[in-house]
Amino acid sequence: MALTPVITEFWDDPSLYTLDGYKSHGGYVALADALKQDPDSIIATVKDSGLRGRGGAGFPTGLKWSFVPQNDGKEHYLVVNADESEPGACKDIPIMIANPHALVEGVIITSYAIRASHAFIYIRGEVPHAIRRVALAVEQARAAGLIGNDILGSGFDLNIVVHAGAGAYICGEETALLDSLEGYRGQPRLKPPFPAVAGLYASPTVINNVETIANIPYIVGRGVDWFRQFGTEKSPGFKVFAVSGHVKRPGIYEAPLGITMRELLDYAGGMRDGRPVKFWLPGGSSVPMLTAEHLDIPLTYEDMAAAGTMLGTGTPMMFDDTVSVVKAVTRWLEFYKHESCGKCTPCREGTYWITGVLEKFEHGHGSSEEVETLVTLCNQISGRSFCALGDAAATPYPAALKYFRDEFDAAITTSADEQFNPSASYVFAEAVSR
Amino acid sequence: MTLTSTTRVELQQLAAQYPQPRSALLPMLHLVQSVAGEVTAEGITACAEVLGITAAEATAVATFYTMYKRDAVAQHHIGVCTNTLCGLLGGDAVYDALSARLGVGHNQVNADGFMLERIECQAACTHAPVMTVDWEFMDDVTPGTAVAVVDALSRGEQVQATRGPVIRSFVATEHTLAFPLDGLAAADNSVDDKMLAGLRVAQERNMSAPSIPQEH
Repeated sequence: MALTPVITEFWDDPSLYTLDGYKSHGGYVALADALKQDPDSIIATVKDSGLRGRGGAGFPTGLKWSFVPQNDGKEHYLVVNADESEPGACKDIPIMIANPHALVEGVIITSYAIRASHAFIYIRGEVPHAIRRVALAVEQARAAGLIGNDILGSGFDLNIVVHAGAGAYICGEETALLDSLEGYRGQPRLKPPFPAVAGLYASPTVINNVETIANIPYIVGRGVDWFRQFGTEKSPGFKVFAVSGHVKRPGIYEAPLGITMRELLDYAGGMRDGRPVKFWLPGGSSVPMLTAEHLDIPLTYEDMAAAGTMLGTGTPMMFDDTVSVVKAVTRWLEFYKHESCGKCTPCREGTYWITGVLEKFEHGHGSSEEVETLVTLCNQISGRSFCALGDAAATPYPAALKYFRDEFDAAITTSADEQFNPSASYVFAEAVSR
Repeated sequence: MTLTSTTRVELQQLAAQYPQPRSALLPMLHLVQSVAGEVTAEGITACAEVLGITAAEATAVATFYTMYKRDAVAQHHIGVCTNTLCGLLGGDAVYDALSARLGVGHNQVNADGFMLERIECQAACTHAPVMTVDWEFMDDVTPGTAVAVVDALSRGEQVQATRGPVIRSFVATEHTLAFPLDGLAAADNSVDDKMLAGLRVAQERNMSAPSIPQEH
């Protein structure tokens, strides 16, 4: 399957981040079209396009928008989730750096469709360069009359605030993000009510991922038929894939949904030194790992689910045979333990205990009983925690055990570093004194 | 350090950006951190006063988020991603080398005002192993190049982020997080080869998206 640059098509134009640069490639034409339409017809277009959320869950975007009660007399809000922090996910930050106006144009069109007069772009605080580029894009759009009062003579008013977070993975969870945006600790809320009914300031709110919103100008501007030429019936459209790990040319590759990992890997130059794929994750550390036998499965929401994993953020991490799966999983659990917000017991305590047991294995002090203890611990978190962070924390170990049980058995007596020399996994040849 | 009237005016400006002022608390905490290099009791009080909340309520928020510091970062914040992908691809060795060079461990500040931190995923996995200086990207580092960056900063030399502007200071970045229109968006290294990898393959092989329908 061929690569199809759409969002990334003009990234080699260094002026693309400016209003003039973006407009020179057709930017803001879709907005002018959209403002002549009825908002409901834009919601219908996005529904018909079949666009699914690119943040990880894959929920149909148009459907999400349609849950916002219309003509209710309440203020509506659009919140862009730009808290990209999922281990392995690195596609929203590049979009915001290279093509921030695609996001801003998408925000304006979406706000018009859901009848929001305030929109917020919540960007994780650790990426100042993305924040300043989006902020500049908003400022330039404002100066050009594309944000503000009576946009392009349509009578539609919109204010956009670019908001910096402050370091908390949990704020990528949409209700934790809302609490954070209201100036509180970022802890998830009980659902229902869902944000579409009671979100920011208890008002109807749509929360969408950066890449999702960046799709909107292309869908509205070019039409449903054009969009549905990409992808499958259940996974229409194109995807900004970010391929990382032990590949020759890690980077951004935009292709239709339904491309296989083997094809993407070929575009990325294959694995380094011709080494084999040991394991890979299609979209972040929160989705179950796969192995070399899964390279020919189409990267769609439905095919990944059938393979026992998820497309997630669509940012494949590739690991070769130099990597200890015990060490990889332990490190991910240390991450979830660190990022657990502490609100609910299964996640707060469970991530602590799983990590403690895994660290024994990493150091070669596991036991055969504890191979099973870890399964029990994961089962006690999964489905029992307040939000998806707990489910995510319970994901890496069972998947790793399914494919690499022998490595956990070996780690009863032999540490991860003895099983696999750490420096063999490094991507630089520089000698390291240890 | 005492907050100036300028900072107090800026705190008010931030609060005024939102339909409900308390939404400004995170940017406000970044702003007070940009004055002192840490979130001080004075900074907490100033935020609380502007928002009409208690200092305890503001403290509860400040202590939740990892970017707010309790030790003054007088010069530079050095982050090394040691999450699974970066760590195993070499970030662990980068961290060890920097820890030896700076003489401090995780979340500690050395005598020269450098803080070292093991950071979580920085959303730059394609550029692993990733380091940050004052949260600007230092992509694709090795132990040697990472230590060289710290050496250059220590000598007061100009250091360029790999994707982003010339490094300023920790407090300057914190001010950007409160007021992001800092005039540094232009940096012509912003989009690099890895961000263009797929586009270049597509151009070489004459691949493109289906053409745009005429009626649109």
